[in-house]
Amino acid sequence: MIIAVASGKGGTGKTTIATSLSLAISEQSPLYLDCDVEAPNGHIFLQPSIEKTEVVSMPIPAVDSSLCNACGRCAEVCQYHAIVVIAEKVLVFPELCHGCGSCVLQCPQKAIEEVPNPLGLLEAGVAKNGVRFARGVLDIGQPMAVPIIRALKQWNVFEDESPIIRDAPPGTSCPVVETISGADFVLLVTEPTPFGFHDLQLAVQVVNTLEIPVGVVVNRDGIGDDRVNTYCQKMGVPILMRIPLDFDIGVAVARGETIVEAFPEYMPRFKELYDRMQELSNARDAGHLKSAG
Amino acid sequence: MKLAITVSEQGNNPNLERRFGRCGYFLIIDTETNEREFLPNPSTSARGGAGTQAGQFLAENDVEAVISGNFGPNAFTALDAAGIHMFSAQTEQVDKLIEEFKADRLTRVKSNTSQRRSGEGRSRRGRRR
Repeated sequence: MIIAVASGKGGTGKTTIATSLSLAISEQSPLYLDCDVEAPNGHIFLQPSIEKTEVVSMPIPAVDSSLCNACGRCAEVCQYHAIVVIAEKVLVFPELCHGCGSCVLQCPQKAIEEVPNPLGLLEAGVAKNGVRFARGVLDIGQPMAVPIIRALKQWNVFEDESPIIRDAPPGTSCPVVETISGADFVLLVTEPTPFGFHDLQLAVQVVNTLEIPVGVVVNRDGIGDDRVNTYCQKMGVPILMRIPLDFDIGVAVARGETIVEAFPEYMPRFKELYDRMQELSNARDAGHLKSAG
Repeated sequence: MKLAITVSEQGNNPNLERRFGRCGYFLIIDTETNEREFLPNPSTSARGGAGTQAGQFLAENDVEAVISGNFGPNAFTALDAAGIHMFSAQTEQVDKLIEEFKADRLTRVKSNTSQRRSGEGRSRRGRRR
């Protein structure tokens, strides 16, 4: 079971929910993946001891000027204009390169080879209550988060079938799509404010396009208006949990405590949340089998 | 010499377009004969690397100087490698810019004047916190 916790609007409580959810099912030794590689912060709550690290690199072209005759074929085939030929000189722009290797394949002079360009790091270790922890960290100045997230998803540092909780970045752009792709369930954390409502609609559209079962957590419930509720009802998106706007929760989170640790009464509620997501995901699979048969 | 000015559209009285890599057209002026020609910019709606592609395009067309509003870091590197001189415009009136260029009154750009991807309009990658 892979669950992605996403939001649309930032600051709604993705990490708050994802870390408590991980601790609530700690007897299943879940793997918490911090996919918000531009600003990961799950470690603040889960306090892992990092035992393993790996560098993520992108292969970028290196041109041997003694073989190059500046024919311009590499620039012609590059979709991203990351390599250009100007005044008989070949210029490579590493931050534009997507590592596709077309220039290498197409160079008639065989003058281009690929060299690794480091983009960031993967880190893994064991956190509170035996929760397994891994995260990606994008190097400062690097513009592309997706290759790190992809590498993190494929990193088989813990080889088994235990549940995976992916903590997504905010928004609805490529890094979010990469994070939720392949998940069995997407949990969208929102708040009933105009911004929360607006971005929730975008997030639901993305998840529906990817055809992944979806549910909502309404955080800071009680503020704003009723539009999140009516929208979820209209769209048939189940609201699986409500957390009230509570000063004490705010204080605990600001101290780096998870909800389930600071307020143990939430423990069974998060367990139930996990079970509900599993049911909804299974129901969807059964429905697919039925329609296929 | 061949001078390029970034403009948004073709016409008798075009205005300067402040984005280099994603301008609609390059107005190419032969400063000796005053002949004018519009070249459509191949990277107006490129997914990425508009500045580098546009720089290469100008080099291929033997342009020696270019006037625009802003040049990003990649565009600057490409144009600089091509030996194309960059000038930043304070007005949007093309005729006035040509006059100022000929009188050597424009400011030569010595480093990039905007950040990467700033010509894409509304930020499509910005983090929303």
